[in-house]
Order: sequence, then structure tokens, then C-alpha cells
Amino acid sequence: MTHHVPWLSLAIWLPIVAGVVVLASGSEKNAREARVIAFIGALAGFLVTLPLFAEFDVATSAMQFVEDAPWIERYNIRYHLGVDGIAMPFLLLNSFITVLVVLAGWDVIQSRVSQYMASFLIMSGLMNGVFASLDALLFYVFFEATLIPMYLVIGIWGGPNRVYAAVKFFLYTLLGSLLMLVAFLYLYNKAGGSFDILDFHRLPLGMGAQTALFVAFLLSFAVKVPMWPVHTWLPDAHVEAPTGGSAVLAAIMLKLGAYGFVRFSLPILPDASHALSGFMITLSLIAVVYIGLVALVQVDMKKLIAYSSISHMGFVTLGFFIFNAYGVEGALVQMISHGFISAAMFLCVGVMYDRMHSRMIADYGGVANTMPKFAAFMMLFAMANCGLPATSGFVGEFMVIMGAMKFNFWIAFLSATTLIFGAAYTLWMYKRVIFGEVANAEVGALKDINAREFVILGLLAVMVLWIGLHPAPLTDIMHASVNDLLKHVAQSKL
Amino acid sequence: MNAAILNMPNLLPAYAEIVLLVMACVILVVDLFLEDAQRWVTYVLSLVTLAACAFVTAGLGAISEPVYTFNNMFVSDVMGSVLKLVTYVSVATGMVYSRDYLADRGLFRGEYFSLALFATLGMMVMISANHFLSLYMGLELLSLSLYAMVALNRDSAQSTEAAMKYFVLGALASGLLLYGMSMIYGATGSLDISTVSRTLEMTSANRTVLVFGLVFVVSGLAFKLGVVPFHMWIPDVYEGAPSAVTLFIATAPKLAAFAMAMRLLVSALLALAVDWQQMLVLLSVLSMALGNLAAIAQSNIKRMLAYSTISHMGFLLLGLLSGVVGGNWLSAADAYSASMFYAIVYVLTTLAAFGMVLLLSRKGFEAERIEDFRGLNRRSPWFAFIMLITMFSLAGVPPTVGFYAKLAVLQAAIGSGQVWLAVVAVMFSLVGAFYYLRIIKLMYFDDPVENAVAISPRGDMGVLLSVNGLALLALGILPEQLLKVCLFAIKTL
Repeated sequence: MTHHVPWLSLAIWLPIVAGVVVLASGSEKNAREARVIAFIGALAGFLVTLPLFAEFDVATSAMQFVEDAPWIERYNIRYHLGVDGIAMPFLLLNSFITVLVVLAGWDVIQSRVSQYMASFLIMSGLMNGVFASLDALLFYVFFEATLIPMYLVIGIWGGPNRVYAAVKFFLYTLLGSLLMLVAFLYLYNKAGGSFDILDFHRLPLGMGAQTALFVAFLLSFAVKVPMWPVHTWLPDAHVEAPTGGSAVLAAIMLKLGAYGFVRFSLPILPDASHALSGFMITLSLIAVVYIGLVALVQVDMKKLIAYSSISHMGFVTLGFFIFNAYGVEGALVQMISHGFISAAMFLCVGVMYDRMHSRMIADYGGVANTMPKFAAFMMLFAMANCGLPATSGFVGEFMVIMGAMKFNFWIAFLSATTLIFGAAYTLWMYKRVIFGEVANAEVGALKDINAREFVILGLLAVMVLWIGLHPAPLTDIMHASVNDLLKHVAQSKL
Repeated sequence: MNAAILNMPNLLPAYAEIVLLVMACVILVVDLFLEDAQRWVTYVLSLVTLAACAFVTAGLGAISEPVYTFNNMFVSDVMGSVLKLVTYVSVATGMVYSRDYLADRGLFRGEYFSLALFATLGMMVMISANHFLSLYMGLELLSLSLYAMVALNRDSAQSTEAAMKYFVLGALASGLLLYGMSMIYGATGSLDISTVSRTLEMTSANRTVLVFGLVFVVSGLAFKLGVVPFHMWIPDVYEGAPSAVTLFIATAPKLAAFAMAMRLLVSALLALAVDWQQMLVLLSVLSMALGNLAAIAQSNIKRMLAYSTISHMGFLLLGLLSGVVGGNWLSAADAYSASMFYAIVYVLTTLAAFGMVLLLSRKGFEAERIEDFRGLNRRSPWFAFIMLITMFSLAGVPPTVGFYAKLAVLQAAIGSGQVWLAVVAVMFSLVGAFYYLRIIKLMYFDDPVENAVAISPRGDMGVLLSVNGLALLALGILPEQLLKVCLFAIKTL
């Protein structure tokens, strides 16, 4: 199991070191150098995650690429890293999106370039750390630390109401994570002085304790996902954040919460998970149906996509709590797919916003006439967002609905309404923005996407289609780990 | 054996105190012969004195067994040595930070340095006291020096008022403490901490008198720590005193107060742990609540930091009150070392916070309003970054060291089965995060005011403040050594 190259550490620390270098490079004068270093750092950060994919052993559910060293012996906290089939794809997704975000901010960000680029690089490394941690406290440190760069990104480069959004984002997430910290400490004492997540998995716990811990984890992860009714920070944060911030927030940061459910809630608290599954499914269905309807009436494109994200993440939590392989695997595929699609949608809005400085649907119309290449890309992503077959959006949703069908017909029925609502709000927005007559002179003067934007959207389009047409490599990776997870969940700890 | 030698106490454990006392007197005299332009000699001499003390204390700290002297009135142990070393660092750093500030206001005079050194001596005596009287002596030496320091700027009505308030309330608290000590003396027949502890374990002394005395001792202690409801003086004194003196009051004396709590409650009155732990629970929850809620409403940064101090002291108590569970004190060292770690981290972080306040102040301008931090990222990205680390450390967000301080005391509380207390604590630390975030918001999200001047600190201050800020980050990534030192210090108590 020992690997000579510590790929996980590289995936975490390379972007962080690159971020520090970018920060040190400095002032407004050498913004160009900052961009180039940031790009090289992000690209190198992505390249070092490729071996994780190439050398991954799909046959085992055990942790791979394990690194284990004492960190804080006083509390037996270890620098314990490792990935299984559930965590590994997220490192790739994260590092991939970071490259695109650096590219997307290339011309748009003109003030404090080095700080902007450094924030994203450092955030990328920290989020890789979240997915790779096998020590609960290490996980917590990375989980919390990601708040700092995101807070700055929203607050410094965001829109007019950015301060409100940034503070709301920070406090909401902090509320959840502090309770998680208490839960970790409780488990630490129960486990006889160990923060090892795998020890937690084996720890016997009574029903009362499980329920209390479940609530603590739920608050933490539900805020992050976000689940209805603690989702209200997300539309604010998305609307105010700069394009790159929105993309990372939707593509990766929301996944931290969902990942928390599979890494902590389900295997550590199987009995509470079963007992409260009805509650979780209800919340998920409300997110899918109600938030889907809310998205329908939005006039702001970013807000619409934000609500669509919440609705899609409802699918993810639904998949987890129906406890079968289709559901869980579908939810995980949905997470990856949503990572690409939501990033793409936000970047599309960013492309238009950079030219028009408006996110309002009403300000647009007939964009297809002036930006045909862009319209084609956005068409693909919009279709993927509604879950059209052959795009990645279809695979996850279809698997979750199949899983739900095995579980209960009505749950499957309600969740399937997303295919209608999703199509309604996405395509209606698309129609109003892209089709029709040229709405005004500003739209008439729009220039189509340049080479840089073409590359960004093109790469995302490739990923969306690849997962849509041939998801087997992805599901193969997850298979063993998901089965192992379900075995854990099925085993009562009482 | 020679009778003279028999009577001569062992001076070795008190060498650092002796060095400091002698040098403080020398500095007092030397300063009389200095012109204003040569005042730096006093400054350098003070720093050299602290360095010499650090050298001696570090040597003594290598002895892991406690050494008693002066008829058991004085003890030199690892905890004392560690706390003293941090005290020197804190006082010396404070002097470096304060230099320009004092010079700009005509306060860069010998009085500041001799008073600071005498206050330091008081703290050292408190830290090393093994007897109620020596403890009280140290406390009074510290307090009297601080009263005078608050009024250092004698033309300022606000400072004088703050000094008066501090003096009146401080004298009252000293009275309470002394009264409590006399009660305990009445019940146990001794003022010696080791003897009191032994007596309480062996015999059943008069419990009513003891608990009565305990209430007064805890009140006096609470005043010195500045926890609710004995916190009234803190905001006024912090605001009224010159910022350089506020920095002094806010940092090292908290270490001495922690040592006093350890000596009084743990070393002497551990047998009454059930009683004083309950009192501390109340003080702790009230402090966290009031400190964090009141800090939100402040527009003056010194007042804000004052309320933040109150809440931090509430957190510090979390460790102290978790040592003994159901008469079993197996995990006591864990809990107390968590508090000690908290105290040290608090001092290091607060140093940086007030260092920033002093950095932004200049001749004829007090950076007292929170608004003065507006747009700092544009004026000086580096120092804005240092303040960012400092604020996140105060808020307890990883990867800064403030997080591990909170983690340690929360673990102590949960380890002793008081999960509800931990939940209350994290909820109030969430409230606390709000006002720390506001400073960051002002620095990073807002534009500077029109007439803001560039920030150009003296070289030594700039470097030291940077080191201080980065230390908070470095200790946050590798807190292991400091945690171990604290545990070792408490275990060898």
C-alpha cells in the first residue's frame, strides 16, 4: 500500500505553495506574471491528480495512496490521508475546475490580481485536503480553512451587496461546522482518544448518541449542501460572488457537505440514518420540487442557477438516504456531473456578464444572433442541466430515480418531476436570453467568445458529454467503495 | 554546619526575580541622568534586563522538579518558568511596539519602563508564589504599577478617570481576595499553599467557613481575570489608558492571573474542586455570553478587544472547571494544560492585535475607531494580512493557533462530560466570529478614507509584528511543541 510518490500531499500542497508564490509576486504592476504563475500552479496541481486516476485500483474498497504521519501527538491527531472510490473523483474535479477558474479570471479580474489568483489556488489545495483526509480533525481544519479564501473572494471581488453575502456565507457555514467540531470531540472521547475516521466507522454507539450526533452533522452538512430550509445563504452568495467564485462554490464547495454525509453520517451513524431517513428524504424532495418551482420565477440568471443547484443537490441527498447502490452511486455521479454543469452554467453567465454587466434575463434576448458559438455551448449545458440523455446530467438523475423506484414509487414519482421543472426553468431562461429578436443595441454589439473562453467551455463540454455517453470509468471507480459503504450502513451499531 | 548558612535561604530559584529587581532599580537611577535624546538607553537596558531574566529562567526551567525556597513561600517549577518566559516575551514585544507611540506623545520616559519592570516583577512573584502572602504581595506590586501606568498620560482626563476606576475597583477586589484568604486561614490554620492543601485532604475542616472564603477568593480571582460579573473595569480601563499601556494590561497580567488561579484553586483548594468548579461554570458562561454580545456593539477597537478579552477569559475557564469529575482527577492535567495553552495563545494573539492598533496610530492620531482599519489592504497588504491572521486566530478559525486553543478547552469540557457547555461555548464563539469578521471586512472589502497616510513602521517593530503574526499561523500548523510543553508543565506541578 505504500507509494513512493505522495500524490495526495502534492495535490494538496502544490496549489497552496503556488498560491503563496503568486501572493508574494505581488503588486498590481506585475499582474501578468501573477496570472502566468497561477496558471502554471493550477495546471501542475491538476497534473499531479492524474496519477490518482491512472494508478487507482478499482477492485478494492480500501483506502489508497495512504499517507500517515503523526501530527499533533498531544491529541493523537494524525496527518492521515487516503482516498477511496468515493473521494478520488472529487480531487480531479476540483483541480480541473481550478484550472478553468484561473483561465476564466484572466482578463476579467483587473484589481488585486495576485490576491484573487492566490485565493483560488489556496482554496483548491484546501478542498483537496478535505476530500483526502482520513483524520477527522485534519478534515475539520481543511473544511474550515476553505471559508477564509471564499469569504475574501466574495467580499473583495463580488457585486454590490457582497459584504452581506460574504458575512452570511461565513457565519452560516461556521454555525454548522462548530457543531460538527463538538461531535468530533465527542466521538474522539468515545473512541478512546482517536480522531481516525475509520475508527469512528467501527465505533459502537447508542441510539440517543447517534441521533444527537446525526443532528450535529446534519446542521453542518445541510448548510453546506445546502438543503432546504438552510439554503438561503446560497442564492445571496452566488449572486454576489464573482464568476470564478460562483463556479467553485457550486462545483466543489457544495460537494463538501454531501461528501460529509457519505464519509461521516451514513457509516458512523447507520441506525440514526435509517431512523431519520424519512425526514431526510422529505427535505430532499422539498428541495427538488419546491426549489425547482422557485427557480422558475427567478429574473436573475445567477439566482436561477443557484436555485437549480439546490434542487439538484436535493437529488444527491435523496440518493444517499434510500440506501441502495443505484441511489448512492447515482448521487455521487450526480455530484460530479453537477460540478461540471453548474461550473459551466456560471461561466456562461460570466461570459455574458463580462460583456453586458447585467445578469437580468430581461436585459437579454436574441444573443444567438450575435454570439452563435456561445449559444451552441450554452445550449449543450442547458440541456445537461435538464438531464437530457447523453449528457452527464442524465446519468446521475436516472440512477437516483431508479434507486428511488426500488425504494418507493411515490418518492420516485415526485423526484422525477425534476425532469419537468428542470427543463422548464432552464429552457425557458435559455429561450428568453438566447433566442428571439435582438433585444437591444447592446446585445446587437456583442462579440462572440474568444479563444480563451472557447477552450474553457469546450473542455467542460467534453467532460459533460464524456460522462453522459460513457460513465463506466467513473462508476467503476466508485463501485467497490459504494458497496462497502452500504455494507456499513446496513450493519446496526446498537 | 555553619549557622549562617543554615539560615540563608536558597536564592537560586529566585535569581530571575533578583536580577529584575536590581536592574529595575538601576534603570530607575540611570534614567535620572539621561537627556530626553538619550532615552533609548533606558529602553535598551530594559530589553537587556528581560533577556537576562529569560536566560536565567530558561536555565531554571530545565529542572523538572519543583524547588521551594524562602520557607516554602516561593517555588520555581516548570509551569512558573514557562509562564515567566512568555511574560518576558510579551513585555519585551510590548515595549518594542510601544516605542514610537510613546515617543510621539511625550510618554517615552523612564517611568514607563521602571513601572513596566516592577509590574513584571509582580507578575513573576505571583507566578512563583507558594504562599497566600507572597501571592498577595506580587499581586499588589503588579496592580499598583498598573494603576500608575494607566495614568501615565497625566494630562488626559480620560486616562486619569480610568486609573481611578481601576484603582477603586482593584482595591476592592484585593480586599475581597484578602478576606477570602483569611477565612481559609481560619479554617486550615495556615497560609502556606502546600500545607493548606494537605490539611484539606487529611482533616475535615469547617466547611462553611471554607466555602465562604472560597467565594471571596474566586471573586478576587474573577476580578483579576476580568470575567463577568467582575468585568466592569475592563472596557473603561482599556479605552482610557494610552494604547501602549492597554497592550501591557491586556497581555502578560493574564498569565499571572492564570498562575494565581492555578496556585489558589488547584494547588491549595483542589479538595473543594466541586464547589469552585460550579462557580467557574457560571462565570465562564456569563463571560462568553456578555463578552461576545457586547463586543458586537462597539465602535471603538480598544473597547471591542476589551469585551473580546472578557469572552476569551470565559473560554480559558472552560479548562479550569473541567479538571475534576466526580472526585476523580485523572484527566486534570489535560484540562489545566488546555487552559494554560489558551492563556499563552491568547497573550500572543492579543499582542499582535494591539500591535496593529499601535501601528496605525501616529502623532496626533489615535487609531481607536474600528473604522480606522478601513481599506488597510490597499494601504498595506502585508499588515492587513497580519491583522487577518490575528483576527481569525481570535475567532478560532483554523489554520491559526487560536483554533487549537479553543479545541483544547472544548476537549477538556467534553472529556469531563460537559457536552452542553461545549455547545454553549461554540455558539458564543460563532457570535464572536461576527465582530472579528467585521474588522476583516473593513480591511479588505472597503476602500480607505481619503486622507489615509502610508504605513511605515520602524524596522524593528515591523519585523517583530510580522514575526508575531506569522507565529500565529506557524503555531497553527504545528502546535505540537507548545501543547506538549504545557502538558509537561502541569504534570510536574
